[in-house]
Amino acid sequence: MSSNTHGCECQTLNHRIEEQTCVSVAECYQCGKCSAGCPLAEEMDYPPSQVLRMLQIGTPDLEDKVLRSMSIWLCLTCETCIARCPQEVDFPKVMDYLRGEALKRGIANPKARDIIAFHRAFLDSIRTTGRLYEVGLIVDYKARTRHLFQDILLAPWMFLAGKLHIFPEMIKGKKQMSRIFSGTLKKKKEEPR
Amino acid sequence: MKIGFYPGCSLTGSSREYSESVKALAEAVGFELLEVPDWNCCGATAAHNLNHELSLALPARILAAAEAAGMEEVVVPCAACYSRLFVTRHDLLENEDLKKKVSEIIGTEYKGTARIINIIEMIERIPEEKWQTAIKAPFAHKVACYYGCLLVRPHKILNFDRPEEPQTMDAIMKKIGANPIDWAFKVECCGAGFSVSRTPTVARLSGNILTDAIERGAEAIIVACPMCHSNLDMRRSAIEKFNKKKYNIPVIYITQAVGLAMGLDRKKLGLQRHKVPVNIPVETAASGTQTRAS
Ligand code: SF4
Ligand code: SF4
Repeated sequence: MSSNTHGCECQTLNHRIEEQTCVSVAECYQCGKCSAGCPLAEEMDYPPSQVLRMLQIGTPDLEDKVLRSMSIWLCLTCETCIARCPQEVDFPKVMDYLRGEALKRGIANPKARDIIAFHRAFLDSIRTTGRLYEVGLIVDYKARTRHLFQDILLAPWMFLAGKLHIFPEMIKGKKQMSRIFSGTLKKKKEEPR
Repeated sequence: MKIGFYPGCSLTGSSREYSESVKALAEAVGFELLEVPDWNCCGATAAHNLNHELSLALPARILAAAEAAGMEEVVVPCAACYSRLFVTRHDLLENEDLKKKVSEIIGTEYKGTARIINIIEMIERIPEEKWQTAIKAPFAHKVACYYGCLLVRPHKILNFDRPEEPQTMDAIMKKIGANPIDWAFKVECCGAGFSVSRTPTVARLSGNILTDAIERGAEAIIVACPMCHSNLDMRRSAIEKFNKKKYNIPVIYITQAVGLAMGLDRKKLGLQRHKVPVNIPVETAASGTQTRAS
């Protein structure tokens, strides 16, 4: 195969997947069990086995479709597909890689905005304090997505049930935390913002 | 018996009652839980959705802190944290280069001495004699044991229970006198991390779980994961709105159910903190019920 995708050297996406995750998409024999069991398949633009097929064919336009798909953001890593796959294809690992790749290339599906905003707000919260601060997370998420009224009815109840902290908990190893974040999130686009 | 303890973020916040019931149960059976010093968030789904190395480094810092404190075994009640910590340890021990790289990122050499266990395994460590004497009020109810995803999968790595039709929670429920039902949604996903960013998805998936449990006559759903609990309990009104149906079935942590059978105080078990009231009658020792252990 000699298709050349933008951004990286003369290598197809499935080669890089194999290099980075040790998963060979060629092992999938298209039985469809993963798509049958996937709880999110009906909401996806391409169900799991179809994503694998597109990667197997590996033309630049199909790779591009996969990376721009909503499927990769809808995967919940529930691990049902790999549990049922007769070929033991670790598809959740492939999805993880594809999400990273889509972000790196800046071509993540616009409809995944809320999902990505939530992940980023989450990481931002633990980056500064070391632990998740749920109030901060929700406020940050709302600011990013402008879903101002969502969950507003749940908050007072949670507070009364003693489930919300008013202040974040800070861990002592904050230096180590910032070292971890700066040592891993090197590229600008991956940074929580 | 001393066991390391990693609470994780949910257990200090929105799932406080899980932490309360884990501690109450441990105390009742004589386990001493030692919190991992200065623990951080495991990164949950957010980290591995956005960056692979970060998703290993965050759990690695926790594992390193536990081993530095001399812990051989750490119980992780949250199934999601359990999965992150267990899988990270597995991946790092399997790949020397990766282990070195991650050790460098966290600035501590990670060796891999501390093992990770889930809450079911902690409960299974309760000695047989203890069960005989501790059950004060058999939990004689039909229950649906809901394992969710991350307690049993990826099964080749966790190697804990069967990935389909698991049995460990059912066995514990039988021990406390309950009647675990056969049902179809034991390991189906509840929608997990989409609770906030895609609530309708959670409402659809969690609604299916509630419906099957109710139709098969369960009086309560038993869980071992704060994410499953908050989706099935705290998000109940969203589920009802989406499915245009009312569901009254309570969702109880396994530690709360065992605690109730052992006669522990409902407040100590945090039962008052649920969104869906837990109205299940529990026989008390005073009502003259015989202790039962099977
Ligand atoms: S279950 Fe496995 S072999 Fe079957 S289609 Fe899915 S990935 Fe391919
Ligand atoms: S891990 Fe992702 S792709 Fe696989 S079954 Fe679950 S949601 Fe579907």
